[in-house]
Amino acid sequence: MLKFILRRILLEALPTLLILVTVTFFLIRLAPGGPFSAEIDVPPEVKAAIEAKYRLDQSLPAQYFGYLADLTRGDFGPSFKYKDFTVNDLVNKAMPVSFRLGVTAFIIAVILGVGAGVTAALRQNTWIDYSVMGVAMIGVVLPNFVLAPVLALIFAIWLKLLPAGGWDGGRAIYMVLPVAVLCQHYISVIARITRGSMIEVLGSPFIRTARAKGLPMRYIVRRHALKPAMLPVISYLGPAFVGIITGSVVVETFFGIPGIGQLFVNGALNRDYPMVLGLTILIGTLMIVFNAIVDIVYGLIDPRIRIK
Amino acid sequence: MSLLDVRQLNVRFATPDGTVAAVNDLSFALNPGESLGIVGESGSGKSQTAFALMGLLAKNGTASGMVDYGGVNLLALDEAELNRRRGVEITMIYQDPMTSLNPYLTIGEQLMEVLRFHKHMDKSAAFAESLRMLDAVKIAESTRRMSMYPHEFSGGMRQRVVIAMALLCRPKLLIADEPTTALDVTVQAQILQLLQDLRRDFQTAIIMITHDLGVVAGICDRVLVMYAGRMMEEGAAQDIFAQPSHPYTRGLLQAVPCLDASHGEQYLATIPGNPPNVLALPPGCPFAPRCVERFDACLRPAPLQRFAVDRQRACHRTTTELGVVA
Repeated sequence: MLKFILRRILLEALPTLLILVTVTFFLIRLAPGGPFSAEIDVPPEVKAAIEAKYRLDQSLPAQYFGYLADLTRGDFGPSFKYKDFTVNDLVNKAMPVSFRLGVTAFIIAVILGVGAGVTAALRQNTWIDYSVMGVAMIGVVLPNFVLAPVLALIFAIWLKLLPAGGWDGGRAIYMVLPVAVLCQHYISVIARITRGSMIEVLGSPFIRTARAKGLPMRYIVRRHALKPAMLPVISYLGPAFVGIITGSVVVETFFGIPGIGQLFVNGALNRDYPMVLGLTILIGTLMIVFNAIVDIVYGLIDPRIRIK
Repeated sequence: MSLLDVRQLNVRFATPDGTVAAVNDLSFALNPGESLGIVGESGSGKSQTAFALMGLLAKNGTASGMVDYGGVNLLALDEAELNRRRGVEITMIYQDPMTSLNPYLTIGEQLMEVLRFHKHMDKSAAFAESLRMLDAVKIAESTRRMSMYPHEFSGGMRQRVVIAMALLCRPKLLIADEPTTALDVTVQAQILQLLQDLRRDFQTAIIMITHDLGVVAGICDRVLVMYAGRMMEEGAAQDIFAQPSHPYTRGLLQAVPCLDASHGEQYLATIPGNPPNVLALPPGCPFAPRCVERFDACLRPAPLQRFAVDRQRACHRTTTELGVVA
């Protein structure tokens, strides 16, 4: 197990991250404009001073290796936009917000998605199946930027039950709408994957064996079918978890939630190079970590691919 | 009194291309401890007969008729009632032991759950009984094997495990659906011997579904020959092997490869043609298009007729015409 993790980090995670950093570093600099080009009427000497401070006066390779050297110390550099803050400060502040929002949405998505998928699979081709899958289909195709204003209109403006935006330190009432908007897509996708996979597993010979053993269907589903049916769901959940905690750009922007998604959007718009790079590394790392977790969970479920 | 009495069993499948009649008006009976071979080509309806008895037909399949087991019609039972019998009194083993065990659970878990559900045993009692059964099917180091997963077993071993699982509750009837087809020849012989021994030790009746006449000869008291979902011929195994009374049975017996083909038979005898499309069965005898004895009457259905105490056949040719000494 330890060998597996070490190999994963040294041979897979670090090279992947290095490529990611390199590509992002140069790509973001290819984008037109620079971090300070918006600040008009700056005297040349001030501009030179700013650029010197942020190493922008050096050659690109020098900037690149300087950045890598900082990274090895865990320093993601200063934010170009929020001048008194480092990227580390800003991410440390935004991460718990996105995490709280994302984890809540994720848990709800898994429970409802798996539940709906199993229910539909067990009643395949009945009206229950069709309605669950119909709703799920709407969930898959309905974009966040449509659902968010609609829900805000209904529950905040018309019914006045919930706030239309804001975070207020993550009070429950402020979380309802963002969580609902954030998890609906994932519920739908998980439900569809679960249904398909469950139907396939229920058709397999070992389920027929279990039925021939005279075991009740409920028990068969829980004990014999659920584990194998979860395998495709779990491979989706790894990347989905990262996406749900970091990629809630629309939801965070719409509801004014001070999370990672907002940082990302502002960072890209402001050409805040260290911010974009820092977030890319963060998401890349999370992606690698959660894919590794998926592999480990796979092994826990399927004895044939268990890591010795 | 017979253990199992199947009367007018019909199995139908609703498919997008129409209704498929997989089994037609099949009737047979089985005495306690008896072994019956159901023989036929692929698609003859032999496996579907077994699944119908077990209530395991695919969702688009329906079984009608009567399967009398101990005074109740198995086909009319609901799931809960059926579960009190299948896995307990009537059990089944399958063609492919590689896929019929759950790869995600240990052998022990899969064995013990049967006893825990049906015999309400606690964990240690179920463990002990499972061990005893693994020993009975000659699996060495059974204690260690209990915590192993199916992929750690060979094909023959898995089939032994499946057999052990089927015998845990001392069933009265074991349905074996081509239990040796997926196994090596040497392993086949071991499994057949095992089934013979277990039948003797547990007095279990066996329905052996196979296309391998060698298996039938080795293990069955009686044989039922099926073609296109219909019974062609039925009788004691030795009679059928000695005096097949139906051209189809003859064809099957001639198609058994023979190693000492010294008298100039260079080629393996075959039955010409293919089994009919079950969606468009020929009128009359379904075997007629492939039959060497075919004549005008074969365009009409051939009714089953009893021509000896324990034998029946469905053929328009008389036994005299076919030279059968009944």
